[in-house]
Amino acid sequence: MFLTVTQALLEGFATTLELFIMTLIFALPLGLIISFGSMSKIKPIKWFVRTFVWIIRGTPLMLQLIIIFYVPGMVGMWARDQETTNVFIEWLATWKVMERFSAALVSFVINYACYFSEIYRGGIESISKGQYEACHVLGMSKPQAFFHVVLLQVIKRIIPPMSNEIITLVKDTSLARIISVYEIIWSGEAFIKSDGLLWPLFYTGAFFLLACGLLTILFNKIEKKLSFFSV
Amino acid sequence: MAILEVNELTKDFGSTKVLKGISFSLEEGKVLSIIGSSGSGKTTLLRCINGLETATTGKISVNDKVVFDSTVTDKKELKALRHNQQNIGLVFQQFNLFPQYTALGNVTLAMKLAAKKRPDYKKNKKSILEEIDATAKKYLDKVGLSDKLGNYPCELSGGQQQRVSIARALAMNPQILFFDEPTSALDPELTGEILKTIRQLAEDNMTMVIVTHEMNFAKDVSDEVIFMDDGVIAEQGTPEEVLVNPKNPRTKAFLNTYEK
Ligand SMILES: Nc1ncnc2c1ncn2[C@@H]1O[C@H](COP(=O)(O)OP(=O)(O)O)[C@@H](O)[C@H]1O
Ligand SMILES: [Mg+2]
Repeated sequence: MFLTVTQALLEGFATTLELFIMTLIFALPLGLIISFGSMSKIKPIKWFVRTFVWIIRGTPLMLQLIIIFYVPGMVGMWARDQETTNVFIEWLATWKVMERFSAALVSFVINYACYFSEIYRGGIESISKGQYEACHVLGMSKPQAFFHVVLLQVIKRIIPPMSNEIITLVKDTSLARIISVYEIIWSGEAFIKSDGLLWPLFYTGAFFLLACGLLTILFNKIEKKLSFFSV
Repeated sequence: MAILEVNELTKDFGSTKVLKGISFSLEEGKVLSIIGSSGSGKTTLLRCINGLETATTGKISVNDKVVFDSTVTDKKELKALRHNQQNIGLVFQQFNLFPQYTALGNVTLAMKLAAKKRPDYKKNKKSILEEIDATAKKYLDKVGLSDKLGNYPCELSGGQQQRVSIARALAMNPQILFFDEPTSALDPELTGEILKTIRQLAEDNMTMVIVTHEMNFAKDVSDEVIFMDDGVIAEQGTPEEVLVNPKNPRTKAFLNTYEK
C-alpha cells in the first residue's frame, strides 16, 4: 500500500513541481519588468504598476485563482448572450474557461511576479547613489555601472527575501487544489474517498519538507558563495 | 596657464541658491584647498565642476577646453562638451569602493571596461589586461598597499579603503584630482595616512582641489586657499593670507572654531 500511495503522490508531486518551476521561469523575469515599471520616471506608468501590485498583494491568492479560472468563461458566456455586432463583444464571446493548470499557472505567475518585483525594487533602491557616482567619475556608462558594479550587490541583498518567497511558493502550489488541479494534496486526498485512508494526505507533507529542505540548502550555498564581500 | 577655470558659477536646487557666483582659476601642478562650514556649498561646487551635478549658470573650462557653458542650450553640444570632464578624478568622503572587487579589481575595473573599446582589444587582449594590472599595481604601490592587492574592501581599514580609492582615481590618469573631505569618514588616528598620501601627490606636482577641515594640513600642502561661505567665495589667497592673517571677519570666526 505504501508503495502505491507513494507512486500516486509522486504523480501529483510532478504537477506540483511543474507548477513551481514554470511559475519561477515566468515570474522571475516578469517581476523585474514590473519593478522597472514601479520605479519608472513616467508617473502614470509608475502609479498604474504600483496600483496593480497593491491589488495583487492585497487580495488572497486563492481568490485570484478562482477569478482567473471562472471569470473568462463567465465573460464569454455573457458576451455570447448579447445580440450585437460590436467587434469587442464578439471577441469577448470567444473567451472560454481556461484549462485548469493554465489558469493556476497564470495566477501564480502574476501573483509571484508582483511579490518578486517589490523585492527587486527594494534591492535596487538600496544600492547607494555613491556607487553610481563612482562609476560615473571613472568614465563608465550607465549599463556598465549596472551590470558590472550594481547587479551583484543587488543579488546579494535579495537572496534572503527571495529564498523566503520561493520556499513559500512551493507550499502555495497546493492552493491550486481549489480549482481542482491534480497536484499532490489532491492525490493524497483521493485516498480518503477511495480507501478511507487519511495518512496519505499527511504523508504529502514529507514531499514539501524535502523540496523546501533542498531549496534551503541551495540558497545557503548561494549565500556562502556571495559572502566574500559585504554590502 | 590655468588648467581649471570657473566663471560665475551658480547652482540652484529648486528655490534654494546653493552657489551664488563662484569664480576662480587653478594653475597646473598647484594645490587648492577649499574650507568653509558645513552647508556652504563646497561639495556642490566640486560636483558641478566634474559633472555629477549640472550647474544653473556659468562656465567651466578644463585645460582651455570649455566643459560646461550655460549659454549653450543645444543638448548634443552640451553632451559633447561634457566629454572633456573626464580629465577630473574625484575621491569621495565615503570612499565608494566597489565591495565585490578586490583592491586590485577596484582599480582595474574602469580601465578594463574602457579597453574593450580599443580596436586591437581582441588581438592583444592578454597583453592589454596585463598592462592594466601592472598600471594598477603601480598606483596601489604608490599609496602603500602593494601587500593588499587581493583584499576585498570589507577586509581593509577605513584608511586603507580610502587609499584604494585614491589609487583608483589616479589610475584614470586625471589632469586634476578632487578630494571631498577625504578624511572626514575616518577615525582620527587614520587620517594621517591619507594626508601623507596626498602630500606625496603634491610633491609629484599633481594638480589638486581639496575640500578639508584639516587646517594645519591645508596650511602645509596648499598653494592657495578658498574660504567659502554661504555659496560665495568669502576670501581667497595664499595659506598665509587666508589661514594665518584672514581679513574677512567671517573667515576669522570660522577659523576660531578650529582653535583648540
Ligand atoms: N541634491 C540636493 N538637493 C537639494 N539641496 C541640496 C542638494 N545637495 C546639496 N543641497 C544643499 O546645498 C547646500 C550646500 O550643500 P553642500 O554642497 O553639500 O555643502 P558642504 O559640502 O559645504 O557641506 C546645503 O544646504 C544642502 O542642503
Ligand atoms: Mg560636503
